[in-house]
Amino acid sequence: MFDKNARPSPRRQAQLDRYSRLVDRLSPKSPMAQGLLRAFWVGGAICALGQCFIEAGLHWLDMTPASASTFASVMIVLLTALLTGVGVFDRIGQYAGAGAFVPISGFANAMVSPAMEFTREGLVLGLGAKLFTIAGPVLVWGTSASVIVGILYAIFRW
Amino acid sequence: MALHRIGRSTILLPGRPRIAAGAAIAGKKEGEGPLRSDFDAIIEDDLFGEESWEKAESRFQYAAADACLKKAGLTPEQIDAALGGDLLNQIMAASMAVRELHIPFLGLYGACSTMAESLCIAAMLVDGGYLRHALCTASSHFCSAERQYRFPLEYGCQRPPTAQWTVTGAGASLVTGDDRLPALCRCTHVTIGRIVDMAVKDANNMGAAMAPAAADTLMRHMADTGRTAADYDLIISGDLGRVGHDVLLALMQERGQPLDPARYTDCGLEIFTPAQDVHCGGSGCGCSAVVFNGHILRRFREGSLRRVLFMATGALLSPTTSQQGESIPGIAHAIALEADT
Repeated sequence: MFDKNARPSPRRQAQLDRYSRLVDRLSPKSPMAQGLLRAFWVGGAICALGQCFIEAGLHWLDMTPASASTFASVMIVLLTALLTGVGVFDRIGQYAGAGAFVPISGFANAMVSPAMEFTREGLVLGLGAKLFTIAGPVLVWGTSASVIVGILYAIFRW
Repeated sequence: MALHRIGRSTILLPGRPRIAAGAAIAGKKEGEGPLRSDFDAIIEDDLFGEESWEKAESRFQYAAADACLKKAGLTPEQIDAALGGDLLNQIMAASMAVRELHIPFLGLYGACSTMAESLCIAAMLVDGGYLRHALCTASSHFCSAERQYRFPLEYGCQRPPTAQWTVTGAGASLVTGDDRLPALCRCTHVTIGRIVDMAVKDANNMGAAMAPAAADTLMRHMADTGRTAADYDLIISGDLGRVGHDVLLALMQERGQPLDPARYTDCGLEIFTPAQDVHCGGSGCGCSAVVFNGHILRRFREGSLRRVLFMATGALLSPTTSQQGESIPGIAHAIALEADT
């Protein structure tokens, strides 16, 4: 380990490979079909709910299409924050996986759960420092990717 | 000096120090499992009346130590040393628990193998005549472990099917050389674990990371003592869970010392039922601590076990080295226990 050029001997490598195959054989696999089905219906239901908010905004609250979709995002974030606060959202996440995450709900959960967890270490070094532990990487790389795409778009204007 | 060692690496305890008492304090989910009647107390409140998970875990450990001392009829002043640990950074749960007891303290870190590690060391110290009474403790808490090793509690990520559930609970045992105290069982052999690393990197499959260490300790124990699995009423590993349990059976079969599935089990499988949605079973220092001090000692007391090999397993990983791409070093410490004849 401390010799950077050392590679496991062929015998040791064969042993490790054999062990890795044994572990693979004995480890339960994620049930793919079930996972896809659950992610599909829960994710779809969240999006359908978002659409309901948009329609409600357009028809009853006299909103423009742009403000209606902002309204939908705000409502989904609010609902997720509430469900996280009462300790329900983690169960939805466990059930639906990415289905609960991909809509903006995942982002809300990623912000509220550290906020709840780390307040005990204080508002500055706890909440302040740890608030973005989960959402931070998404923001950093999401923003970076959009900047790069924006530059490419400005150059090529396809 | 006389060396109390047999074979290459097993320590014989000629004085056969006794375990005079044990106590197990378990959390709510553990109290809903099949071993509920073996626990001294089931704490419904995850926070145990405290304001943080860390303090709650510490209070579990204190409560277990206190209950154990009461059962043995001893006061903290009579204890020569406390040996304990947990999973928290800087083993704070153990330090804060013992802070209240004013007992000389040896803090241990063996990840989830801590209960066996503390029993092994205490048994040797007592047998050597350095301590009369030693108190061994270990604890874990689902909530403090989640926030340290994984994600905030309310974060809704999906746990893979190989994941295990950290047990909320603490156990304490009193190891003594005082023959005026009753003996639930006696410690006869200690086999200290070696770190074995088979390049498993998946922190969600710790059973697979620890099973080779368990096989190594078992093989050395058997070679040194000349015993086979058939010499034990029960061989019980710490928290290998479903995957590690099956892998260990396969490894021992391969090495020509097959385990009888009827007489080999794992604390992580005993403590929960599959219906409790814990995937591969329980884990954490508290897992082997409450199963040993609750369930195993109860069966010794009732006489349904005569000879047991208690082998708690530990995955010595840290979130930092895992993120740096290091594999998980595994360890397993074994202590052989016999009923008082």
